[in-house]
Amino acid sequence: MTLKEIAIKNLIRRKSKAAFILAGLVIGVTTMVAVISLVDAMSSDINDKLEKYGANILVVPKTENLPLTYGGISLGGVSFEMEEIRQEDLIRVGSIKNSANVAALGPIVLGVIQVKSNRALLAGVDFKASKILKPWWQVKGTLPKENGVLLGGEAAQVMKLNVGDPLTIKDHPFIVSGVLQSTGSQDDQMVFTRLSTAQSLLGKEGRVSMAEVAALCKDCPVHEMVRQISEVLPGAKVMAIQQVVKSRMETLAHFRKFSYGVSAIVLLIGSLVVLVTMMGSIRERTDEIGIFRAIGFRKSHVMRIVFIEAGIVSGLAGFLGYLGGIGAAKIAIRFFSESQTVSVPLNFKLAGIAFVLALIVGLASSVYPALMAARLDPNEALRAL
Amino acid sequence: MTYIVAENIVKQYQNGHAPVTAISDINFEIEAGEFVAIMGESGAGKSTLLSIMGAMNAPTSGSFRVDDIDIYRLKQDQRADFRREFLGFVFQSFHLIPYLTVEENVMLPLTTVRKTGKEKKAMAENALASVGLQGKGHRLPGQISGGEKERVAVARAIVNQPRVLLADEPTGNLDSKTTREIMQLLQRLNSEDMTIIMVTHSQECAGYTRRILQLYDGRLVASG
Repeated sequence: MTLKEIAIKNLIRRKSKAAFILAGLVIGVTTMVAVISLVDAMSSDINDKLEKYGANILVVPKTENLPLTYGGISLGGVSFEMEEIRQEDLIRVGSIKNSANVAALGPIVLGVIQVKSNRALLAGVDFKASKILKPWWQVKGTLPKENGVLLGGEAAQVMKLNVGDPLTIKDHPFIVSGVLQSTGSQDDQMVFTRLSTAQSLLGKEGRVSMAEVAALCKDCPVHEMVRQISEVLPGAKVMAIQQVVKSRMETLAHFRKFSYGVSAIVLLIGSLVVLVTMMGSIRERTDEIGIFRAIGFRKSHVMRIVFIEAGIVSGLAGFLGYLGGIGAAKIAIRFFSESQTVSVPLNFKLAGIAFVLALIVGLASSVYPALMAARLDPNEALRAL
Repeated sequence: MTYIVAENIVKQYQNGHAPVTAISDINFEIEAGEFVAIMGESGAGKSTLLSIMGAMNAPTSGSFRVDDIDIYRLKQDQRADFRREFLGFVFQSFHLIPYLTVEENVMLPLTTVRKTGKEKKAMAENALASVGLQGKGHRLPGQISGGEKERVAVARAIVNQPRVLLADEPTGNLDSKTTREIMQLLQRLNSEDMTIIMVTHSQECAGYTRRILQLYDGRLVASG
């Protein structure tokens, strides 16, 4: 006969009480696991979606003057007369530690051109990268090939050009292959063509004015990506587009705070259930504890019996609560997310946390009942019978 | 050889603001190996005296020594150890733990003793055999008769081979035949040098002992 055997036999005998404590803790742990899993899954989903918002890092030449803006975003000091970034240097971005997180790198060369009687900004871009960097672009017509241009919606209106119309830029004939639908950005006033074509027209072969980077920052913070790119491009200024990153982080932080708050409240309620049920159980067992004390159990032995019981039930609650939480999150995600691809993966770290937390809550809630049991005067306990 | 010494024992309980004296100025000595009955009417202080002797109820004043150990100078944990090592208890209503088998109930005082499971089991089997319950260790208390429960209670009290056995009305719930069997069992244990102190109302039971301490209204009025 050991203290552990006494505790186990008592749990088996008082199944309903044990089940009640178990239920209280399981509900607490299930809620915690479900809410955290749900928020993790939704955060991951939101992260994926936010990454589709396009570029979140800009690479511009280092300068101390002439600040310009592009799309409402500060580009630093882009000057057409200043030394620009060498296109071949951009290849080094592929060698950074987190190069796998670079979804797209889009070099841009900028220059002023004359089309008919209008001066306009010409941007030479990599249209393949633009699909990732500017997923909101909707093109009427097609993306330009060798001698084609893509006009911003406003530029097309001002120049009175449409898809298929010819135009001349610096004595070179071009065809309008597509017109951008209004984006509400500076893109609406620009003329786009292929990077190499623009470099040739502007006399900037092998040079780019800036580069946009779409970094997948789920596994690494964006400022770490900025640091790594800065290291390989010492002549350039690399900066995160803070608005996108900040709003992304704030959204996730709000979700997380909410989930922790809800979990804490439910766990608190669970701990109260354990406390009240354990106290009831101790009162029921006054005679038994009196006998234990009378035949020579120390206070610490009585406390150990209570803690072993609480530990067994709490450990089981941690395990069941984790499984229940994952199951609940899998069901709930269907109602909370419209995305079909979002999933709730098994998270062994969360399983460990759930187990340890259930043990801590169960044992902490049993401290007072255990003390109450240990303090029972054996004489009073036996006299009360 | 004097083994148990009670000197000027007084026990008062607080009843509201007024103290109530349960026992007053009790003095006695008990030799090792004696079989003593404590008798008296209800409310005479028998159970209070037994609980003081059981290291469970500190007297308001006076001292109580067993084997030259002043019990109430010991700390609480030391007193628990003393109960485990020196004393065996037979309670008034058996007080067996209902969800433990007979054998497990008997092994209960050994739970916190440093012995192997095998040793504990052997000691429990011996104790059960000495009260005539061999082969019934696997039963639950609810599956045995009142007389058998009393025997289990005695087996539990003697399993750790205590020097003193304290029994509170051990036959109070038993028929006369079973009462005789239990008293003969206690007598046999006493003949094996175990000191036994028993609270009883029954003259018949007291007849099995060698000495009677007679209490009246909390005072020791006769010893002999």
